[in-house]
Amino acid sequence: MILSRESRRLRRRKMEERIFRALMAVSILIVIGCLVLIVGTIIWKGLPAMSLSMITQIPKGGYYLGKEGGILNAIIGSLYLASGATVLAILFSLPVVLYINVYTKKRSRLASLTRFSFDVLWGIPSIVYGAFGFIIMVFFGLRASLLAGILAVALLEFPIMSRAADEVIRMVPRELLEASYSLGATRLETALKVVVRQCLPGLLTAVLIAFGRGIGDAASVLFTAGFTDRIPTSLLEPAATLPLAIFFQLGTPFPEVQQRAYASAAILTVLILIISLVARGLGKRYTRHIIK
Amino acid sequence: MEIRPHLSVQNLNVYFDQLRILKDVSIDIPDHKITVIIGPSGCGKTTLLKSLNRLLDPLDGVRVEGRVLVDNVDIYDPRTEVTEVRKKMGLLSQRPQPLPMSIYDNVAYGPRIHNHVDKKRLGEVVEQYLRMAGLWEEVKDRLGEPASRLSVGQQQRLCLARGLAVGPEIILGDEPTSALDPQSSQNVERRLIELKEEYTVIVVTHILRQAKRIADYIAFLYLGELVEHGPAAEVFANPRDPRMRAYLTGEIS
Repeated sequence: MILSRESRRLRRRKMEERIFRALMAVSILIVIGCLVLIVGTIIWKGLPAMSLSMITQIPKGGYYLGKEGGILNAIIGSLYLASGATVLAILFSLPVVLYINVYTKKRSRLASLTRFSFDVLWGIPSIVYGAFGFIIMVFFGLRASLLAGILAVALLEFPIMSRAADEVIRMVPRELLEASYSLGATRLETALKVVVRQCLPGLLTAVLIAFGRGIGDAASVLFTAGFTDRIPTSLLEPAATLPLAIFFQLGTPFPEVQQRAYASAAILTVLILIISLVARGLGKRYTRHIIK
Repeated sequence: MEIRPHLSVQNLNVYFDQLRILKDVSIDIPDHKITVIIGPSGCGKTTLLKSLNRLLDPLDGVRVEGRVLVDNVDIYDPRTEVTEVRKKMGLLSQRPQPLPMSIYDNVAYGPRIHNHVDKKRLGEVVEQYLRMAGLWEEVKDRLGEPASRLSVGQQQRLCLARGLAVGPEIILGDEPTSALDPQSSQNVERRLIELKEEYTVIVVTHILRQAKRIADYIAFLYLGELVEHGPAAEVFANPRDPRMRAYLTGEIS
């Protein structure tokens, strides 16, 4: 009697295990499936328009929507813009995150307020950053330009980078900080020489996530960066971007141009992939000293 | 003539929020001796140790009253530079905490930030302190390797070398052997005994046998109160306080 009750219990537990495992497998399949479908669609639809001239030439034959030439203007524009914005975001993000983790106590109001702000800023849609960037731009008497675009995208990237970096730095054990303090190090020395080193791979990921969001975002650059067929030569000139190029190309009634949109999307995806791989490769060199 | 010890605790009270962790602790730590702080867990041993180099500062809700004099300077005086206080003390924590850098850089960390060693001599200095910590022979061919690759026992000796390289007068050990295997523990104990020639050593331990092996001077804490302190031989042979006696016989632990 007892035995059978126990064996029934065991059967039920095994059943639960199987159901949950199946559910997880399905979820993973959906995630991977989405990735494959998206990348597949982009490549499938974009492949006919793909050519070397796509990445080596600027558009030809018709403003914005040329059927010939390439999108070098948007590639270069996007790289300039996202790099500038990422550097700017790091300059603000890193000090803030180091401050709330190294300089304030665990229960600090300021730190929790800052974290709350990250969460709020994180949730603001990018079109709002675009609109806000536009207001700043007008306030300073700028025109739609690379600089204005960089400012708007930096605003967008800041909370993304900060939140991800904060998550990583919070994991640093207190004892490690104490070890540095006990050697007579100041908080700044501890932050830069110990915390940043210990968190380098995580910080790199934070920067990459932010960069990826920045380079792929269309709404924040819509009003601020403008669009042009030329490659910008100064911060005050307008700059084309890949997301906007895709947006404009898709919006045309011409199938050839729409095809080019998919090719542009494929280029953007590959670009992000290359940058991630390079950054990770560089990051690997610095992981060997990390204390686990 | 009274000799002033260079570390003296006077009427120290430490509160965590409303909780009083240390109650009116006063003790002169004898120079060039190993003082061992013993007592049951949770009695404030680590708090007392950390109060000596102001490692309590970054914690939430901590309030410190009283004075800790190092070379007759109150380290809790707002005018006292905290990094100078900490420079005078090397700390060994419960688990060794190597810094995320190479073996060499770990030892060079202190000399570099305090800039008290000529750059050309840095290599010699690193070697000197690694030798003092008894680690040189084991690591001399792999100074560039990450410190995290050392065994835990080696890491603790590395932390010792790193602390010594700052040029302290006092060595603080917070149960420095609790994470180590018996052999490494013995090794660390031996180093501490060697080092008392030049340094004042204060060690927290919950292992009574360890206290008996290394202590010259004993401080017994019970529920935040310094119940008894004195030369180790006297205290162990003739404990005056009944609580001390109970602790020695294992009735409280």
